[in-house]
Amino acid sequence: MRQTFEHELEELFQDLLYMGGLVKKTIQKAVNSLKTHDLEGAREVIEKDDVIDELELKIEEKCMSLIARQQPMARDLRKIGTALKIITDLERIADHSTDIARITLRIGDEPHIKPLVDIPRMAEIAQDMVNKALEAFIHEDVGLAHEVCNLDDSVDQLHNQIFRELLTYMLEDTKNIKQATHLLFVSSSLERIGDHATNLGEWLIYMVTGKRKELND
Amino acid sequence: MAQNAFDIRSLNLWYGTNKVLKDINLAIPSQGVTAIIGPSGCGKSSFLKTLNRMVDRIPIARWKGEIFFNGFDILKKDIDLVALRSEVGMVFQQPNPFPKSIYDNVAYGPRIHGQKNKNRLNEIVEQSLRDAALWDEVKNNLRHPALSLSGGQQQRLCIARALAVKPKILLMDEPCSALDPVATARIEDLIAELQEKYPILIVTHNMQQAARISHKTAFFLQGEVIEFDRTQKLFTNPDDTRTEDYITGRFG
Ligand SMILES: Nc1ncnc2c1ncn2[C@@H]1O[C@H](COP(=O)(O)OP(=O)(O)OP(=O)(O)O)[C@@H](O)[C@H]1O
Ligand SMILES: [Mg+2]
Repeated sequence: MRQTFEHELEELFQDLLYMGGLVKKTIQKAVNSLKTHDLEGAREVIEKDDVIDELELKIEEKCMSLIARQQPMARDLRKIGTALKIITDLERIADHSTDIARITLRIGDEPHIKPLVDIPRMAEIAQDMVNKALEAFIHEDVGLAHEVCNLDDSVDQLHNQIFRELLTYMLEDTKNIKQATHLLFVSSSLERIGDHATNLGEWLIYMVTGKRKELND
Repeated sequence: MAQNAFDIRSLNLWYGTNKVLKDINLAIPSQGVTAIIGPSGCGKSSFLKTLNRMVDRIPIARWKGEIFFNGFDILKKDIDLVALRSEVGMVFQQPNPFPKSIYDNVAYGPRIHGQKNKNRLNEIVEQSLRDAALWDEVKNNLRHPALSLSGGQQQRLCIARALAVKPKILLMDEPCSALDPVATARIEDLIAELQEKYPILIVTHNMQQAARISHKTAFFLQGEVIEFDRTQKLFTNPDDTRTEDYITGRFG
């Protein structure tokens, strides 16, 4: 009994990591497509979202079934509870990538009002956060999870910086307003992705230590 | 009012040379449900039997330590065992009604304590059966033999019998393990009601049951208390790895 359970828990975490891997890639792909006006790439990100939504449902079902059949306690319970929580964060991250891809489609072939530098940098950090969070789950590494949470500050800073910069572009020329607003949405999405990645880190800490810690206030 | 129903200090218990309780220090709260969990043979039943001195019936049993109940150390020699056993009600795994009528089972305790007034006895029997959530099912058959009741009803009758002598606490030793899920649910509901009036100390092998019904849980292992904490804490994030291993089924 215990062995089957152990095995199923392991499978659950394999699925989670698989989902995490897919989600992580959507961030990079979405921002790359934006940067290079790659409309085909943007469409792929949007299509991928269905696969991720399905994975979320599948994992959710597995969690429910494990709870019903195994009545997990203590660490097992925290693991399954954590899985249930983080699939939502992962799914939300993919949604934000999709939002970015939609904006890429809207901008289309229209040249950017400025070269995109900070947005890709922000995306890189956000992706790094998700990556580290997933690593933290693989090794149950609380230290790494703390790192993830700390990285969120630089994402927030970049977001503020981008906001101010885009504002100056809008003030300079009203024709910039439309695209600047689009880019502002992209920046907000990336900022939210950072928050969800932070949640991943916090949940890992809970799973391992049993303590809920609010790291990003 | 005392803060704890029982204050157990450095309790040790031996059967012959076999030490089955080892330096137990535990404060059983005077309110709510306290659960005891632990593997077979770890001393849970022996612990309960010490709390109402039923261990006296085991000739080879010896004990040392103090158990404060109502401000008195009940391990002292000169204690009134009859009074103690009515103040510390006990319900067992197998329902054990006397081979008498339903009425006589409940009236048994009060009669022993000298209650002869018929009206008063009727009142006590009715109230006890009501408190044990059995009244509606038996009120028309009070003279029927107790043994004609179902297992779940018999268990509630045993609870009524314990309540009839106005206990200060109820001890229950796996009260549901011989019952089906429906009868078990009724006893659990009953425990939830009774704990408003009486503190309850329950031994259970069913971890989910402990998690469902108790406020605090003690984990016993080989005669020792390994962990005693709020039930919520113990089942989500126990401090001791032995507790963790036991409640997650990794034991042994
Ligand atoms: N009357 C007795 N005489 C001698 N040894 C006893 C007696 N009753 C119990 N024991 C021993 O004391 C130890 C504790 O037994 P106890 O019945 O208290 O355990 P328990 O935790 O209630 O187990 P279970 O979960 O199986 O009911 C066991 O090793 C048991 O064999
Ligand atoms: Mg026992």
